[in-house]
Amino acid sequence: MRLTLSLAAILCATTAIAQDSTDPIKLTLHDWTGQLITTQLMGEVLRKGGYNVEYVQADYLAQFAGLETGDLHVAMEIWETTGREAMDAATATGSVEVFGPTGMQAKEEWWYPIYMKEKCPGLPNWEALKEPACAEAFSTPETAPKGRYLGGPVTWGGFDEERIEALDLPFEVIHAGTDAALFAELESAYQRQAPVLLWIYAPHWAPAKYEGEWVDFPTYDEACYTDPAWGGNPDLAYDCGKPFGDIWKVGWSGVKDKWPGAHKAISAFSIDNDAMGAMITEVDLNGKTVEAVVADWIAANEPTWSGWVAK
Amino acid sequence: MTAVPTIAPRPLDARLIWVVAVVLSLALWLWGRTLLPMTFDYPKAWQIPAARWIGAAITWLVKDASLGSLAFSDITRAFAALVDKPYQLALGLLANGVQQQAGGVMVQYVPPISWIAIIGIMALLGLWAGGARLALLMAACFSFIAVFGQWHSAMVTLASILVAVPLGVAGGMFFGILAWRYPRFERALRPVLDLMQTMPVFAYLVPVLILFGFGPTAAVIATLIYATPPMTRITTLALSRVPDEAHDLARMTGCTPRQTLWRVLIPSAREPLMVGVNQVIMLSLNMVIIASMIGAGGLGFDVLGALRRLDFGAGLEAGLAIVALAIALDRLSQAVAHRGTAMARQGSLIQRHPYIASALALIAVTAIIGLLIPAVQTYPLSARLSTSPFWAAAVQWINITFFDTLEAVKTFFLVWLLVPVKRFLLDLPWLAVVALLGIAGWRLGGWRLALLTSGLSFLIAATGQWEKAMITVYLCGISTLIAMAIGLPIGILVATRDRLWTVTRVVIDTAQTLPSFVYLMPIVMLFRVGDFTAMIAVVAYAIAPAIRYTVLGLQSVDPRLIEAGRAMGCTRWQILTRIRLRLALPEILLGLNQTIMFALSMLVITALVGTRDLGQDVYIALTKANPGNGLVAGLAIAFIAIIADRLLSASARRARARLGLEGHS
Repeated sequence: MRLTLSLAAILCATTAIAQDSTDPIKLTLHDWTGQLITTQLMGEVLRKGGYNVEYVQADYLAQFAGLETGDLHVAMEIWETTGREAMDAATATGSVEVFGPTGMQAKEEWWYPIYMKEKCPGLPNWEALKEPACAEAFSTPETAPKGRYLGGPVTWGGFDEERIEALDLPFEVIHAGTDAALFAELESAYQRQAPVLLWIYAPHWAPAKYEGEWVDFPTYDEACYTDPAWGGNPDLAYDCGKPFGDIWKVGWSGVKDKWPGAHKAISAFSIDNDAMGAMITEVDLNGKTVEAVVADWIAANEPTWSGWVAK
Repeated sequence: MTAVPTIAPRPLDARLIWVVAVVLSLALWLWGRTLLPMTFDYPKAWQIPAARWIGAAITWLVKDASLGSLAFSDITRAFAALVDKPYQLALGLLANGVQQQAGGVMVQYVPPISWIAIIGIMALLGLWAGGARLALLMAACFSFIAVFGQWHSAMVTLASILVAVPLGVAGGMFFGILAWRYPRFERALRPVLDLMQTMPVFAYLVPVLILFGFGPTAAVIATLIYATPPMTRITTLALSRVPDEAHDLARMTGCTPRQTLWRVLIPSAREPLMVGVNQVIMLSLNMVIIASMIGAGGLGFDVLGALRRLDFGAGLEAGLAIVALAIALDRLSQAVAHRGTAMARQGSLIQRHPYIASALALIAVTAIIGLLIPAVQTYPLSARLSTSPFWAAAVQWINITFFDTLEAVKTFFLVWLLVPVKRFLLDLPWLAVVALLGIAGWRLGGWRLALLTSGLSFLIAATGQWEKAMITVYLCGISTLIAMAIGLPIGILVATRDRLWTVTRVVIDTAQTLPSFVYLMPIVMLFRVGDFTAMIAVVAYAIAPAIRYTVLGLQSVDPRLIEAGRAMGCTRWQILTRIRLRLALPEILLGLNQTIMFALSMLVITALVGTRDLGQDVYIALTKANPGNGLVAGLAIAFIAIIADRLLSASARRARARLGLEGHS
């Protein structure tokens, strides 16, 4: 029985090859663990389906030039929250196509370590931040008496300056240049149990490693960003929290013709935040290799992925 | 040096002009804000839409430009394919062997050269070029890489370096020789070199990617653009400083121009030329991080990944592997340069080529044993060392113990130095700065230089980048001053002490090749994001040329002159200040020039810790895939560099002329 099954799998694989090109499909790897896992999951599933796969290390944003020319084929994680602009610019050329959502949701919000609750007891409710004592607790010599909020790189957008104005928070935004700098500051403050309030996103290892909470802002609504009348402040927009967003799969539009079966498999790929969060924790905190974690998932979830590569 | 005709105005007039200009600027600065606001903020309506124009030009170049029926991008792609061939060969030999995928399964036909064989070959190379000590050093460097588990990544990086460095050296020498032969060509080349060296790589990354394809070859090409200029500069300088006697000798022995160049001039300029080779190697390794962002992989990718996880130890190990490569390659190349031609050996083929024979034997033997014992082929996982926990603990200890002290130091610097300088520069009316730069140019180098300095600075204002440019000048200016203030004394101290210089060289080679990312993130932990962190990173990087060129200059002073000074009863201080420093002035100024260039080239990296200068603009343009904006901001950085360079060289020329040093150059 098992033999026939695997025989059937091999037959399936050969038929896939008969239709699809045998050139390797190039998937891009970036420099954060979650993306490495997502990409290698996809890659291993494609290999199981009989496709040749190659991983190429590329910068998150620089890769779009390669996707447009067809030098690269698939990028597995483009975040609504940080990659939207580049993604739109690329799809507008007609050479790049969105393969649908990955099933994961990007969460981004102001975040503080749990020990800050002692100094600012009203948290996680955002209105606690309006208290002068609370803002003072988050201040540094450069920003005092205002609180210091460490925002993401300027390129991430996020409308934090606008949010502070609309919600009338006594805070100042300092932009970190990269997210490595962002987490370096968090690590530093956490070691010293020092005050810190910063932009954190998930899925990521930080919320798993450090104990803390997200600030509870008024829930995001599309009208909040566009219509000043919406929300607590009738004169200004952005008087709410940050939006959730999909994480998209994006690729060269030639994939569909060159590897039609793979195109189907990539479009079908889906995984949720919890599964991904668990895998990220395995790698970043428990010291397993990405390859091992991916192999475990492949072994445990055959019914799921075999549907993606099936004819 | 270019010979810009010096039209020196009569001193009295000149001084008067200076006084008038400064007084006018001061008046403008004090009262102009209300009377003439447009001299402070360049009016938006008059701005030149350079970003849009350049963006359109790039799009045209990439999509529509053609030579006859051949599209421009086809030509660049063909060139990329040409460079790719030797790269694939090197990659196959060192890292991957021969492998092929079939139906999703990777099949390894031939393994790459084993790690033991590569360490052995490196030791043999060291033995051949510089004897037992160098052999030991080479073996140690490569063993370090293996022991810390960086082998495969290091071989990927080595493969791209092996392709980039020879191309860079050959290209650099070619243009350097042309520039030395034809002064007019040199004058045309200099701004191009400045652009290549100071234009942040991020600014031209997107066009390079589109033209040359995404992957290692694009990375090699970006590396070449960045790493070649020092070779060109130093070739020209070295050739023009060859003593007259050598020229006379060549003439007397009846050399043809070609023989004069290759048989007489280049051998006698070998030492400075090797400084150039050294720089190409160092700068290529410097590009490893950025190259990894566009598909080169290797050690740079490991550094980035480790720092995203805040695994400082892993980042440092990958970074030190880059340094180990740099030191090994640099020392080897220097030893090759100093090595005289050996006598041809007699005997059989093996006896005549003992090194090649033993290298081949080593490869064959380890390959066969490797089939039986995998540890011989690939360095075993279980024998790897990791210092990660140690570094994490060390950084944590410093952080918890010294944070308050460091915070106090930082606040002191910010309050008393950084913030006042920044405020002052941002407060200046652009019109006055443009005018003063123009006058300085005119005094130092005549109307041509005046036109250049004022024109370029005006363009920065006219493209709406004045404020960002001033922040750039502030950050780089302070960093350069600090780097020179530390670097010059160190250079003077170690120039005459051989052993100390050997140690210093290791330290500055490390500072220059260790990716700044490796220490940037721990610095962020200790000093938070901001200008102070950026300044430390820039100084750490830019101090290397300040020391290196000072030492080069001091060491190349003719010992007979020092002897003569001593005979005339000069004190050591007098010998230092009156003879050695004075004669080393050209190199020291070249060092200052390079320090400024290095500082400017760090701007894109410092953008990653949240500075708000032109580097940040370039970075933002990259992330938004907007080549127009990126190139305009990149050009503004380059303009700042060119203005600094021209004013410096002009004042150096005047100083030398006054000292009677202006010889044949």
